[in-house]
Amino acid sequence: MPDNGASQAQPAAATATNGAAAETKRQRVRMLISALGMLPVLLILCVGFHFLSEGRFFTGQNLGIVLQQAAVNTVLAAGMTFVILTGGIDLSVGSILAASAMAGLTLSKLPELGMLWLPASLLTGLGFGIVNGALIALLRLPPFIVTLGSLTAVRGLARLLGADTTVFNPSIPYAFIGNGSLTLIPGVASIPWLSVIALLVILVSWLVLRRTVLGVHIYAVGGNESAARLAGIKVWAVLIFVYGVSGLFAGLGGAMQAARLYAANGLQLGQSYELDAITAVILGGTSFVGGIGSIWGTLVGALIIAVLSNGLILVGVSDIWQYVIKGLVIIGAVALDRYRLQGSART
Amino acid sequence: MNDPILEMRGVSKSFFGIKALRGVDLTVYAGEVHALMGENGAGKSTLMKILSGAYRPDPGGEIRIEGHPVRIEGPLGGRNAGISIIYQELSLAPNLSVAENIYLGREISRSGMLARGEMREGVGPILKRLGADFLPSTLVAHLSMGQRQLVEIARALHARSKILIMDEPTTALSAGESARLFALIRQLRSEGLAIIYISHRMDEVYALGDRVTVLRDGRLVGSLDKAEIRADTIVRMMVGRDVSSFYKKDHDPEAGRGHPVLAAIDMADGQRVRGCSLTVHAGEVVGLAGLIGAGRTELAHLIIGALPKTSGRLELEGRPVEIRTPGEALEAGIAYLTEDRKALGLFLDMSCLDNINLAVLARDAKLGWFLDRDKARERADRAFAGLSIRAANVGVPAGGLSGGNQQKLLLSRLLAIAPKVLILDEPTRGVDVGAKSEIYSIIDNLAKAGTAILVISSDLPEIIGICDRVVVMRTGHIAGEVMRGPNSPLTQEDIMALATGMEHLDA
Repeated sequence: MPDNGASQAQPAAATATNGAAAETKRQRVRMLISALGMLPVLLILCVGFHFLSEGRFFTGQNLGIVLQQAAVNTVLAAGMTFVILTGGIDLSVGSILAASAMAGLTLSKLPELGMLWLPASLLTGLGFGIVNGALIALLRLPPFIVTLGSLTAVRGLARLLGADTTVFNPSIPYAFIGNGSLTLIPGVASIPWLSVIALLVILVSWLVLRRTVLGVHIYAVGGNESAARLAGIKVWAVLIFVYGVSGLFAGLGGAMQAARLYAANGLQLGQSYELDAITAVILGGTSFVGGIGSIWGTLVGALIIAVLSNGLILVGVSDIWQYVIKGLVIIGAVALDRYRLQGSART
Repeated sequence: MNDPILEMRGVSKSFFGIKALRGVDLTVYAGEVHALMGENGAGKSTLMKILSGAYRPDPGGEIRIEGHPVRIEGPLGGRNAGISIIYQELSLAPNLSVAENIYLGREISRSGMLARGEMREGVGPILKRLGADFLPSTLVAHLSMGQRQLVEIARALHARSKILIMDEPTTALSAGESARLFALIRQLRSEGLAIIYISHRMDEVYALGDRVTVLRDGRLVGSLDKAEIRADTIVRMMVGRDVSSFYKKDHDPEAGRGHPVLAAIDMADGQRVRGCSLTVHAGEVVGLAGLIGAGRTELAHLIIGALPKTSGRLELEGRPVEIRTPGEALEAGIAYLTEDRKALGLFLDMSCLDNINLAVLARDAKLGWFLDRDKARERADRAFAGLSIRAANVGVPAGGLSGGNQQKLLLSRLLAIAPKVLILDEPTRGVDVGAKSEIYSIIDNLAKAGTAILVISSDLPEIIGICDRVVVMRTGHIAGEVMRGPNSPLTQEDIMALATGMEHLDA
């Protein structure tokens, strides 16, 4: 009798397992689609520009240029991803980048301390980021307002640092990170140091977001801040961390620009960079209300922006029309994304 | 008596196959205050939402106003039919003036420009009639709760409503404001309005009610005329139902009652909780009963440090503890299951695995920072098996699970920290029957293992079914305690009497 019962139960269990397996498979496919995100758009753009430019896009030299142009925005967008994942925004990254570059370049001209310009840039960025984070987390001010304020205030400080002139240092130490390349296969393949740094930033961000306790807490705060607080997460510490990271990466971006240009101007450097960084994050599928998104999406988003700029120049579209086309592509890409993710509709 | 102003016949409403209302009749006359009573979840709000047009009733029933059949549809449906509702949470825009609020949605304009002066003059007579002590131009943000209620009533009168529904109107009012409101209600009644008055408070029903209708489990139990209104009759009508064997309570409080684990002494937040003390012993399930708004959830939030307290202290296993944040409560071994799992508990976009492990991630972490993914996976698998959580796998987002499975998911997060004290706030709200009985067995097993458990619930049969002892709260105070004796079972009547403050009225 017990045997009989078991044999009757088995087919039912097997059907249930099959159903679950099919469900799992569907979920895998869905996850794959959402993981791929904007990657198909990026590839279509690349192939499209390749044909329109009569084969000038997929050349080693041009791809190097694209990667180099994407580097600084990728770094800023990585920091922005942390912030937007918590449901916040950081409008001050462009200004922080300028201030960090100014601080670095100014220090690099001192003979004894010149080698310290790089950490100085990073610390400047980190410092501004932590101030942003503290105002948001401890005084409970809205991120938009706080970083809008620092967008202006830090821009002023950046101008102050160079006495409102362009600081120039042709013999800045570590200049190779701005203009050198890492040789992969001598004489055949190399990759600009700026791109190497950007990739490292993406990798470290991925590690923090997906493999550490802090990463889960960041997603939790963005997904449901009240629940996170009740679950014992120190929400204030998470917020200070994400704005600190955004500031630190802006500082790194400043260092990258300084090494690349040997110069910085507090007024002009990094103007409206925050918009490109936010665009990259949104193109990458990260939810504007927080809690959903991935750093790989951000990388794809940053590459789409760089490919668009590069491709439109290759094709010979005028500067004015580049703006119009870029804007429309951004809106179109996000509309496509919404359509694709219908059902799980969250902005 | 004259013809009824409102007649509802056989009105039903189901949500996804669950009947919230089953063939309810309600007859209301002009110039009467009709009290509507019932336990939480008896169907009062559903009935009122049908009258306001927020819900569309199932086909088959009929609603007549002044003898004419009507269909009430859409948010303005109720108002167009002459029905206005004054909700518990007032629906005024605090940033606008009194006049603008009263005219909201029906503003007067002259060639596209807002006619502010005309609107102010328009509401003047109504405010005067209500005896309002504020101007039409006052910002609502500057008004007290009682004054805001007056604005709501003015809005209803301005819309020429003949039926006014008030849902627990005194919860946010002071004693003086309540007295003024009662006087106003009597005045409106004499002016010929019909007032449907929803309340849990027996004293208010005594003071105002011309007739009482009682609902239970979505059914009409009956209506009483003024002469028949008696507290014990109403309570029996409200609760009269059998406690089935559905509740599981095998743990024996007499044999198993251990040392006191949690002692909360004189807890207060200066608003909703006004000095409450209670003790929970190891292996004991204590119920915390009371009406909605009695301060039960707030007391729980004070205990776990989610609300700042103005007075009170906690002792854990006889030693004083200082708990300022929910994180500290968890570290001390006090876990709290929120009543609002979607807004305050779960991370709906995150996986079941992350949701289960969230509270112990830092404890499990490698090198203090890195996720121990094997351990997390193992813990999630164990929770799925142990609490029979049904989902495709531990990686799916929590938002896709049914209510019962979400609740078990949240419960497993708390159990992961192996709490000494478990506070469960409405643990079976919005949960299907099967999951309910599973949750009862989980609670029973935890009590057997020596956990001190405090269950907040508005479901009286549930409290009686699973608790050893029931502490009852009323308006921020501990109203009393009901013990289960060897020969005296817990009764819903005793609990309701304490919760509504009727023990004085009948004595």
